[in-house]
Amino acid sequence: MPDYDVVIIGAGVTGCAAAMQLARYDLKICVIEKTEDVCSGTSKANSGIVHAGHDALPGTLKAKLNVRGSAMIRELSAALDFPFKENGSMVVAFDDDKVSQEGLEELLDRGISNGVQDLRIITGEEARTIEPNLSDEVKLALLVPHGGIVCPFLMTVAFAENAASNGAEFRFLTEVTGIDKTPDGYLLCTDTGTISTRAVVNCAGLYADVFHNMVCPDKPIHITPRRGEYVLMDHDAGNLVTHTIFQLPTAQGKGVLVTPTVHGNIMAGPNAEDLADRDDTSTTYEGMEYIKAKAKDSVPAIPYGKTITSFAGLRATEDGKDFIIGESADGFFDAAGIDSPGLSAAPAIGEMLAGLIAGKYGAAIRKNYISTRKGFIKPFDLSPEERAKLIEENPEYGRIVCRCENVTEGEIRDAIRRPVGARSLDGIKRRVRQGMGRCQAGFCSPRAISILAEELGIPEEKVCKNLPGSEMLCNKERLSDE
Amino acid sequence: MEEYNLTCIRCPMGCSLKVTVDGSEVTVTGNTCPRGADYGKQEVTAPVRTVTSTVPVAGGEIPVVSVKTAGDIPKDKIADVMKDIKKASVTAPVKIGDVIAGNAGGTGTDVIATKDIKAR
Amino acid sequence: MNKRSIVIIGGGPAGLAAAVSAYDSGERDILIIERDDHLGGILNQCIHNGFGLHTFKEELTGPEYAARFISQAEERGIECKLDTIVTDISAGRYVTYMNGEEGIVTIEAGAVVLAMGCRERPRGALGIPGFRPAGVYTAGTAQRLVNIEGKCVGKRCVILGSGDIGLIMARRLTLEGAKVLCVAELMPYSGGLQRNITQCLDDFDIPLLLSHTVSRIYGKERVTGVDISEVAEDRSIIPDTAVHYDCDTLLLSCGLLPENELTRQAGIDINRVTGGPDVRDDLETSEEGVFACGNVLHVHDLVDYVSQEAMRAGKMAAEYVSGRRKTDGFELKLVTDGGVRYTVPQYVSPAQMEDSLTVRFRVDKEYRNKKLCVYLGGRQIRQQPKNIVKPGEMEQVIILKKDLETAKPEDTVKICLED
Repeated sequence: MPDYDVVIIGAGVTGCAAAMQLARYDLKICVIEKTEDVCSGTSKANSGIVHAGHDALPGTLKAKLNVRGSAMIRELSAALDFPFKENGSMVVAFDDDKVSQEGLEELLDRGISNGVQDLRIITGEEARTIEPNLSDEVKLALLVPHGGIVCPFLMTVAFAENAASNGAEFRFLTEVTGIDKTPDGYLLCTDTGTISTRAVVNCAGLYADVFHNMVCPDKPIHITPRRGEYVLMDHDAGNLVTHTIFQLPTAQGKGVLVTPTVHGNIMAGPNAEDLADRDDTSTTYEGMEYIKAKAKDSVPAIPYGKTITSFAGLRATEDGKDFIIGESADGFFDAAGIDSPGLSAAPAIGEMLAGLIAGKYGAAIRKNYISTRKGFIKPFDLSPEERAKLIEENPEYGRIVCRCENVTEGEIRDAIRRPVGARSLDGIKRRVRQGMGRCQAGFCSPRAISILAEELGIPEEKVCKNLPGSEMLCNKERLSDE
Repeated sequence: MEEYNLTCIRCPMGCSLKVTVDGSEVTVTGNTCPRGADYGKQEVTAPVRTVTSTVPVAGGEIPVVSVKTAGDIPKDKIADVMKDIKKASVTAPVKIGDVIAGNAGGTGTDVIATKDIKAR
Repeated sequence: MNKRSIVIIGGGPAGLAAAVSAYDSGERDILIIERDDHLGGILNQCIHNGFGLHTFKEELTGPEYAARFISQAEERGIECKLDTIVTDISAGRYVTYMNGEEGIVTIEAGAVVLAMGCRERPRGALGIPGFRPAGVYTAGTAQRLVNIEGKCVGKRCVILGSGDIGLIMARRLTLEGAKVLCVAELMPYSGGLQRNITQCLDDFDIPLLLSHTVSRIYGKERVTGVDISEVAEDRSIIPDTAVHYDCDTLLLSCGLLPENELTRQAGIDINRVTGGPDVRDDLETSEEGVFACGNVLHVHDLVDYVSQEAMRAGKMAAEYVSGRRKTDGFELKLVTDGGVRYTVPQYVSPAQMEDSLTVRFRVDKEYRNKKLCVYLGGRQIRQQPKNIVKPGEMEQVIILKKDLETAKPEDTVKICLED
C-alpha cells in the first residue's frame, strides 16, 4: 500500500486549494513543500486581486476557472473566515480614440462571453465621480463592479488549515528530487526520504515544468519566471482609491495597477520582466521607477513618501499561455502555468483536480467533513466589550507586540500554535501581520524572535526569517573566538 | 611647532578646537568651556576614552547588564579593557556602581555596572 | 468613569521628566502609561556615555540617566502603568488604554502630555533595491538586541546612514568583535554629532563615505553583501560607481520619525516638517489641554534637551489643570526663512508666554559665518553670530517676552539665517 492516496507538490495557493478540495473526499493526502511554510513563492507576492474574469480569452481554462474561482472565493471567504472585499475595478484608458474605445469594448465582450455581470464602459468624468483621485487624463473606463481583493496569505492559510482539519498532512522543508513510476502509483524521492503515493498533483509553481518533464518527457512544457515588482504604502496613504485601477494595455505596454489592499494599504505594480533565474525575487531600481511613474498616470496623488516596503514576485508563465490542468500521465496530475488569474482561479483549480482524482479512484465523500474554519482572532476588530472579555480570558490578547498593526502576543502565539502553524518570522507576519506595518518590525522583531523561540523550543539564534540560513541572530561564542 | 584641528568630544556640543604644541607649551583655542581646553591638551598628548559595554548576568530579569569604566582610560588600552569585560560575568541582583571587573586591562580603573538588574 | 488630573503617555525620558515636573508644580494626581515592561524608554539600550552634562553636570550612560529620573518619579510616588498601550485619545481628553490585567479602560484626563518618542525609518521607506533577506536591521533594533538581549546581530557589517545610533553601533559592534566595513551617508554631511564621528568611527578607522548609498542588497536568506554607489547632488545614484562589500549585516540609521499615530487619530494638527504636533510656547497642541514634549514633538539630539522641554510641558500641564494658566490674548506664528527648516514651538502668545522662550530649530544644510536673526513683523529683535550650523545639530535662540510687547495680532515672528 502506498503511504498516501495523493501527494501534492507545492503548498502555494494552488496546492493548498487542491488539498482543501481533495480533503472533501476520503483520501489520505500529503502536501510537500520545499520551504518552511505555505504561501511562500508566487502566491505571496502578487496583486491580491480577485479578477472578475473580463481579461481572459473566452474558451480558455483561465476564463472558465477565473469566473468559477472568484465566485467560490466569495463564498469561501465566509466559510473559511478570510478577508475578501468586493471593491470593484476599473480599466482606464488615457485616450478616447478608436483604439481605446475598441480595446475597452473587447474586454467588455470577453467579459460578457465569460459570464461576467454588470460590466459597462463609462466616461472619464463618470470614472472620476466614482474615484475622485483618478487623473484628469483618464478619458474612458470599463467599470467592473464585481472585481474583488483578497489577502493571498490568509486565503492560502485558510485553505491549508481547513485541509489539515480534514486530515491532510503537510511536510515542510522537503524538496522533491525525483519521481519514479511504481506499479500502484509513484515513488517520490525527497531530501528527507522517499514517499509513495497513488497519485501526484503537481502544484510546483515556477518549478512545475521540472516535475512535469520528469514524468512526461515526451510532452515537455516550459515555464518562464516573469518578475513583477510592487510598491506598498502605509494605511495613512488613505482611501486614495477604493476600486482597483487597471490601465488598458497599449502599444507602450501593459500598464500597472493601483489598488487598495484588504488591510487598507495602497499598492502599485507590477511591471513584467522575463528572467532566467526562478529564484530572483530581488527588486530593481529601474523597476521601482517604472512602476512609480506608470501608477501616477492613473492616480497622480499617489504618495510614494508613505512607502513602507517594496517587493517582487515571480509569475509562472507557460509558453502555451493557458493553465495546464489535468492528468498528464497515469496518476500524475498537473496544475502548471498558473500565472494571472491564478489566485482568483485557485479554488476552482482545486475543485477541478479533486473532481478528476476522486472520479478516477472512486473516492467517497469524507465522513465528518469539516466545511468551515475559524480565522485568527483580531482583538482590534472586536467591539470594546468583546475585546475586554477576550483579554479577561487570555491576557496575552491585551499585550501589544506590534504597535503599527496592533498585533498582540496572543495572536502571535495563535499563529504558531495552529495546525500548519508559523515556523518563521515571515510565517507570523503573513498570518497576523506582525511587522507588516510602517516600522517593518523595527520595534517588535526582538519580541517576536523570543516568542517564536519559546513556542518552538529552540534557541533564539535558530529563529529564521524564512528558510534555514535566514537566521536573524548569530552565535556569540563563534564571534569571540575569531 | 605642530597644529592639530580636533573636535572636542567632552560633551555633545562638539566644539572645533585648534591645538598648538610648541615644545612643552600646549595651547587650545575654539573651546567654549575649560573641559574643552583639557580635552585638547589631553588628546594630543595622552588621549583617553570611557569604554562602555555589556556583561552577562546569571538569574537576572534581562540577560546582560550595561557597564562602563569608572573613569577615562588611555585610548590605546581600549582593547585590553574589552578583553577583561568579555571575560566577566555577574549574578543578579546588580546595582548601579557595582564593580564588575576591578583594574580592567591593568589601567587601574574599575569597570562598573550602569543599570540595576533585579533577580528573576 | 475614572478621572485623572494628568495622564502622561510614555515613560521614557520625556514622560518621566514631565511627570516629575508636574508633581513639583503642585499636581499630585498623575499617571504615566508606558507600553514597555520598564520605564526609561530607549535610554535603557543607549549604554554609551555622554548623557546628562546639562541636567546633572556629570557624564552618564543612558541607563544611569534614566535611573535618576525613574527614582525621582518613584520618590514622588507617581503611578505608572507598564505593559500598557494607549489605543485612543478622543475629544474631551478621554484616554483609552489596554493591558493584560485590566483589559480596556477609558479615563477622563484633566490634561494629557504626549511623550511617545520616535521610531526609526525602515528599509522599505528607503526603497533599497535587491533581495529582502535576514540581516537588515535598523540600528536601534540591533542596539536593543545587543545591549538588552545580549545577542549578536552579525559579524561583518555595513551601516547605511550616519545618524547617531548608527555611529554608536559602529563602535559597539566593533568592540563586540564584529567588523564594521564602512558607514555610507546619502547626504554630503553626517546626520550625527561630530563627537560620535570622532570617537566611534575615527578611533576605529571606520570609513565614513559621504554622498554614498546602498544601491543593492544581495542574499536570498541572509545578507551576503551590498553594493555601495556614489550619489549626485540630487541624491540620485551615479551609474557604474557601485563597489561591492561582502557582509552579513546591514544596519540602517537613516533618520527618526516622531511616533504620532495617536496624535493624528486625535485630530491634532501635525507639522509637515517635524512630523510632530504644532505647539504654542507652552507646548500645548492644537487640542486644548493636550501637551507634547520630547521626540514625539521633534527629534532631539540630546536627551538633556528632551528633559528640559518635558519639564516645561509637565509644569504647563499642571498649571493648566489648576486653572493658573491664562489662555487669553492672540498668538503669533513663528515662520522660518534662509535655511531654517522649522522651529519648535510654532506659535507664541505674547500675553501668556514666560519671560523668556527658548526656540529650537534645525537648518537645512551646513552653514558657516552666518547671523541668526529674529524679526517681529519687519523689525529685527535679535541677532547672534553663528560660526557654524549643521543639520545634524539642533540649534536654539532665546526670545524675550519684552521683545514681543509691541506685537500686533497680524505680526509673525521670523527666524532666519543671514550673511
